[in-house]
Amino acid sequence: MKRLALIAALLTAGPALAEPARVISLGGAVTEIVAALGAQDRLVARDTTSQYPATITELPDVGYVRALSAEGVLALDPDLILAEATAGPPEAVETLKAAGVDFVALPGDPSVQGVREKIAVVGAALGRVEAAERLTASFDKEMNAVRKSAGAVDTPKRVLFVLSLQNGRVMAGGEGSSAEAIIELAGGVNAATGFAGYKPVTDEAILAADPDVILTMDREGEMAVTERDILAHPALGQTRAAQGGALVAMDGMLLLGFGPRTPQAAQALHAALYPEAEG
Amino acid sequence: MTSLALPGAMRSPCPPLRLGLIALLVIAAALSLGTGAAGVSLPQVLGQWLTGAEISTRDRVVLLDIRLPRLVMGLMVGAALAVAGAVMQGLFRNPLADPGIIGVGAGAGLGAVTMIVLSGFLPTAIAAFFGTWLVPVAAFGGAWTATLLLYRVASRGGQVSIATLLLAGIALAALAGALTGILTYLADDTQLRDLTFWGMGSLAGASDMKLLVGGLLIGPALVLTPRLARGLNALALGEATAAHMGHDIERLKHRAVIGVAALAGAAVAMAGGIGFVGIVVPHLLRIAGGPDHKTLLVDAALLGAALLVLADLIARLVVAPAELPIGIVTAILGAPVFLWILIRRQGLGGV
Repeated sequence: MKRLALIAALLTAGPALAEPARVISLGGAVTEIVAALGAQDRLVARDTTSQYPATITELPDVGYVRALSAEGVLALDPDLILAEATAGPPEAVETLKAAGVDFVALPGDPSVQGVREKIAVVGAALGRVEAAERLTASFDKEMNAVRKSAGAVDTPKRVLFVLSLQNGRVMAGGEGSSAEAIIELAGGVNAATGFAGYKPVTDEAILAADPDVILTMDREGEMAVTERDILAHPALGQTRAAQGGALVAMDGMLLLGFGPRTPQAAQALHAALYPEAEG
Repeated sequence: MTSLALPGAMRSPCPPLRLGLIALLVIAAALSLGTGAAGVSLPQVLGQWLTGAEISTRDRVVLLDIRLPRLVMGLMVGAALAVAGAVMQGLFRNPLADPGIIGVGAGAGLGAVTMIVLSGFLPTAIAAFFGTWLVPVAAFGGAWTATLLLYRVASRGGQVSIATLLLAGIALAALAGALTGILTYLADDTQLRDLTFWGMGSLAGASDMKLLVGGLLIGPALVLTPRLARGLNALALGEATAAHMGHDIERLKHRAVIGVAALAGAAVAMAGGIGFVGIVVPHLLRIAGGPDHKTLLVDAALLGAALLVLADLIARLVVAPAELPIGIVTAILGAPVFLWILIRRQGLGGV
């Protein structure tokens, strides 16, 4: 009896022991996936961009993901590091590997498929494959629901994403940006075309684009883009969006993070873009 | 000859100062090796090593792969920047001169930013061959190209005009700044972050090869620059006087520029933009030990190395487990010291 109990204990303890116990997650979306897989208690640190779920911010912050301190990370004694693709510098990553830490670099594409890949890799690395499959299934289900609402749109709204508005200079999300990706998932069209990534755009280009909706991140402090700033701006203030009061502000990490909450973000953006359809 | 150039009181070598600097350097080095986020202490590891106890992989990596290369790089970069600053100030007879005047900073910055933004367009084979070396090599290439260009512009009939060098340096820095601006516009947001961080400097990422190559440039240059001391001392009295005293001024200028380009070029290529060391260290030493380049150039190497190692220690500890760019630390420490020196020079120190 005792022996059986011991064997049973060993069998159940075995896989648990094999699972990495001290994990550092680098990248907001990666951290959200770890939490969604129920492995948040194994995290010992996170990076600056990991802000959700809110309890995560109690963990030590190892800094910006591309400027890691090898010693700072090692100080936390991790046995697994889950990092978004851009983590660096390369020398620090090499040093961490040399110190015997498992370093898993995740695919970094801002797309639905990218999120699915990230969930699979994180699940495998944490020994939570089944939980990852469940998460992917619910992600797909939510995503399909959003796709359905987005597909029902007849005339897609033209959305301008304003990343920042410093000294009157508009930084907008162009082609291939994560902003464009989420706008399209929500059933909108990116009004900023002709350039890739996040770039400053001229006032005339904004007037020519004349978006139906202006989308911003609802952050605080110096970098905040407020309604007042937009209305007072010589170009933004003249757009159809500003005139009609179609200004949408959303949580930046939710909106652009491309993690498990992307369906929620797309749904919320969709609802904000097409309030009439929501009835 | 030098007794003509310098009053007796200032000429006297200052062994206490030199000894103090060496002590400071040793303390800085020990602190740098023994302190850090990982809590690996030097006595503990030494104890384990002496008693034959096993040292964990983590402790070994922290000491030998992280802290030791960082320390060596800090010593080299600090010494190089301070000596380069001292030589430039001697050559330009201006206490505000730094290696940036001959285009080292502008050229290195443009080289580095070009590589950060455009490396994606390089043939994969070339990118793979250079690997993490792309940016340092480009920075060094940029520093040298700018220096040679300026030197060429300022040379006429075998003579180098110091004033032209200065003015052309300003023009070149403006041009490099504009080109950097274009590249900044082209950069995506991760590249933007990279070039911002490059501009603020860091001693992270010190690899053995980087140290070896950097050392091959900085080492000989550090050994050779004290030979410029007599010439620089004479130059303090003016070019004509120095020439009358039998110094080959053109050769001096030539060697000084080459030396500074090697020192500062290698330092910037290895560690990015680190300001104030080159200006503040020679100033402090002139206050403490007088303007004789014979002592100044050697002392600058010692103090520059010690201060940069200490600045790196602060950069590593303040926001641990993350780290600050070291350029921020040198600016926060250096700028007030520099202001203090300026106020002191104005004779307001006693007020």
